[in-house]
Order: sequence, then structure tokens, then C-alpha cells
Amino acid sequence: MDIFKKALIKSPWVYHVGTSGCNNCDIEILDCLTPRFDIERFGIKLVGSPRHADILLVSGPVASHCKEPLEQVYRETPKPCVVACVGVCACSMGIFKDAYSVSGPPDKVIRAIDPNAIIVYIPGCPPRPEAIIMGIVKALQSLNGVAK
Amino acid sequence: MSTVIPIGPFHPLQDEPANFLLTVEGEKVVDIEANMGYIHKGHELLGQSKTYDQVVIQTERICGICSVTHTVCFCHAVENLLGIEIPKRTAYIRTILGELERCHSHLLWAGLAGHFIGYNTVFMWAWKYREPVLDILEALTGNRRTSSILKPGGVRRDLDEKHFPKLLEIMSTLRGQTKMLLEAVIDDPVIHSRTKNVGVLTYEDAVDWCVVGPTARASGVDTDVRRDEPYGAYDEVDWEVIVWKDGDVFAKVAVRLLEIIESTKIVEQCVKQFPKGPILNTIKQIPVGEGIGRYEAPRGEDIHYVRSNGTNMPERWKVRAPSNVNVPSFHASCIGESISDVTITLASCDPCYSCTERMAVVVDPGSGKIIYTGNDLVRMGQEKTKAIARELGRPPDLPLKLEF
Repeated sequence: MDIFKKALIKSPWVYHVGTSGCNNCDIEILDCLTPRFDIERFGIKLVGSPRHADILLVSGPVASHCKEPLEQVYRETPKPCVVACVGVCACSMGIFKDAYSVSGPPDKVIRAIDPNAIIVYIPGCPPRPEAIIMGIVKALQSLNGVAK
Repeated sequence: MSTVIPIGPFHPLQDEPANFLLTVEGEKVVDIEANMGYIHKGHELLGQSKTYDQVVIQTERICGICSVTHTVCFCHAVENLLGIEIPKRTAYIRTILGELERCHSHLLWAGLAGHFIGYNTVFMWAWKYREPVLDILEALTGNRRTSSILKPGGVRRDLDEKHFPKLLEIMSTLRGQTKMLLEAVIDDPVIHSRTKNVGVLTYEDAVDWCVVGPTARASGVDTDVRRDEPYGAYDEVDWEVIVWKDGDVFAKVAVRLLEIIESTKIVEQCVKQFPKGPILNTIKQIPVGEGIGRYEAPRGEDIHYVRSNGTNMPERWKVRAPSNVNVPSFHASCIGESISDVTITLASCDPCYSCTERMAVVVDPGSGKIIYTGNDLVRMGQEKTKAIARELGRPPDLPLKLEF
């Protein structure tokens, strides 16, 4: 395994990119930090800058206005990194499929600038904090070669 | 010499993207400009291509925190258009759900406010107290927040009364916990010096900027839709409108925490008087006309407007969310503050951009600006608290009192 991936799966730091979500997934992500779920015990930490991050948690569809900032955040993140699409809007646009000012789900936006990006999907409206934690754990396991 | 500091659009200050341009002279903020539109998804136009029952599902996704708010407000607008009354049991169900939502929203805000001034203990504790509220919402409706239980004319599903003893137990525990948080805020000299006389919104400014909800009530404006135009069960239960006169961040914290206590009282009375009966007035056809719905959201007055042309889809649907009028009041409250106090002042009206952004704003990116990230701002805010704590000879992050 290459050394970067090996480093990535130990104590992953996450950066939360709330692209255009309705707040619901964003709040559940914050909920993961609080005493009941407390993901910091696994070494997962929410950081304030994409330059420190190993995992990008993207919630919500990407509004046209938000597309450029998201691309910039992805470029700033050190590679390899994992992009986790949290919530049904980020996976498949959900009810915003036909909205005029939405430029697509985040995976499409990120694939357009990096076809080899590692993207995982956590569906739910909103996904429960347990689901978010499980999604991140599965992403790390797949990097580790434990599960595909 | 003045410098422009851009904050955002992605910053850890809030979980939603928004861009603020602060013009500063030294440490003092002389101007502020909010650029928004990062979350504009075109809700209103999208809603006009859906049937009334489908719009209800969409209104829940306007804002994840106030999912009951927008849905009930839309239902009020449609019921106003039709001129129908809802069954009494439905009114009580809506009131219970609305007040539970107010509890969790205010606790969420109190936690974030604690985080912004560097009191992570408050953040962790307030969010811990919030979890049982979400648990009981899940037991009553089936999901932690977006429950899809409401529809025009009534509710889709009835509440199961076997959960009521648990609900009462959670409400009385929550009241004790909130009182404990309130005492911790009122007694603490460090929180006093970080929040008293900070970000003051005077009565005149509050009236001029037309602010609503707790932001207005903390500035002495006595306004509350629940009392002024009662809906649901609010005219049948005993509760008080909390009004403070100071207008600073401290008053806003206190008003919100006291409102949680009032909410727990409302829920308890609703459970005691919970009536029997039908839960839905079936709507057969929507006539031509227009309707307006008002609702007191956790952040203030929410207004929905619906115009019908007789088909099964609204011809026009308009949402005026509370943050829409609260956010511009930053002009009155932030200017003249030091930059480390801006964080808490920006957060003090509990801005919710996903509610607000009904219209895209054109942003001029500009160039050659010094970039402070929002992270730097949070750090500066937290360092100021530590400095004050050192001056007062207190440990920086105080453990809360355990007994209550």
C-alpha cells in the first residue's frame, strides 16, 4: 500500500463543506462530535481548513453559485483524500433534481476536475449520525483493503 | 487606513456558506457587507411545479432545523386560502411538534454560541441536552427531524399517546437542565464580559431594521405571533412572552434559554389537555384565491404566501423566512465592535441561510485582499475569552455545576 493511503486511514481529519444543503445533514455532522456519538474517540476530528483535511464531508446539492468554491476547496485538499457525499441531495440531488439554479450533485462536480477521486455515498434525509460514522468507517476500510 | 477582511464562503463559523466583507480600521469594524446566495436552490419556482401535498414535503427541506415551522406555515397559508378550520387534536399535535422544535433549535444555538466564545463545555452540554428532544421527536413522528407528518387540513399520522409519559419526563428534565445552563450564564463573569454590551441592537434599531423573534424580543420589542395572532393551541395554554430590554448578546442568550422553559411548559399543558377527535379535514378542491400563513419560528416570524388558480399546484408560492429580516440588522449591531466580538454578534441572531436565500445576490470578488479565515476569527474570539479569564483569575473553560 502506498504510504499516503496508509497515513490517510489513521486518525482521519474531516472538513465539512456545506455546499447548499438544507442544514439538516450539516447539523447531523456536528451531532457526531457531541457527547452521545463523539467521533473524536476514533481520532476523527473536524478541522477548520481543507488544507488540513483527509476527508471532505459534502452535504447538499451544488448550487451554481457554490460550484466554484467547492472546486477550489477540492483543489486545496491534499491528495489522496476521500469525498463523502452526505445525504440524499448530495448522492442524487433528491427533490432538487429539477431546480434551475443547481449545477449537479457534488460527485459530478468533483469528477469533472479529478476523474480518479475517491467518493463514498451516505444516503438518508438526513442520514443519522450512526450512518455518517458507518459511512466514514466503510470508506476507510475500503482504502485499507478490508472490504470493497 | 481601512482594510477589508473577507470571511467565507466556507468557514467553520457557521455550517452554511455565506460571505461577509468586514471593513476594519485597526481592530474596529467600520462597515460590513453580507454576500449571500450560495444556497439558492430555487425552492419557490420548484414548488410551483408540484402539487400541494408534494410542496409540503419540499417545505420541510427549506431548512432542516425549522422543518415543522415552514410546513405548518405553508399549511396555514393553504388553510387561509380555503377558509377552513383544522380539527382541535391537530392543533395540539402541531403545537407540541412546534415547541419541541423550538427547544432543540434554541439549545443548538446556545451550544454554538458557547463554541464561538471559546466555551466548548457549553457546546457539548447543550447538544447533549438536545439529544433526548430528538429522541422523543423520533418516537412521536418517526424521524429525528424531517417527519413528513403534516399536511394542509391536518396531519397525516396521529401521535401515539403511549409516548406521552416519556415526553413529560424529558420536558421536566430539560427544564432543570436549562435552568442550570441559565444560572451558569448569569453567574459567570467571563461570559458577562464577553456578551454584556456587545453587539447591542437598540430598540430604535430593532424597529428600523424590522427584526423579528428573539432578536427583537431581546431589544425590548414585544412581538410574538403565538400571542398576537394565536394559532394551534396557544390561546388555550398558559405561557409568557419573554422580553428583555438590553439588546446585547447576553439578552439574546437569556431570552432563548428562558423560551425553552416556556416551551416545556406549553408541551406539558398540551399533553394534559390533549383532546380526542379526528386529525384531518380532507380537502377536495383548492379554489381560486390567495392565502397568507404566519408562524412564530424559533428565529422569529415566518410568512408564507400562496396564490391558487384553481389547479392542484400553487400558481405562486412565496416564503419570507425570519433570517431574511434579521441578517441585515448586522449593520446596526456589528459596526463599532472589535473584530473578535464580531463572531458572536454575527451568530447572535441565529442566522439560517438555507431559510433565507430566496434570491441570488451578485458578488464582486475583487482582488488583493488580506485573507483571514473564519477559523482565525473563532480563534481570536476564543483567545479574548481566555485573556479575560486570566485577568479575572479564573480557569478559562469552567466546568458547569453538576447539581440541579
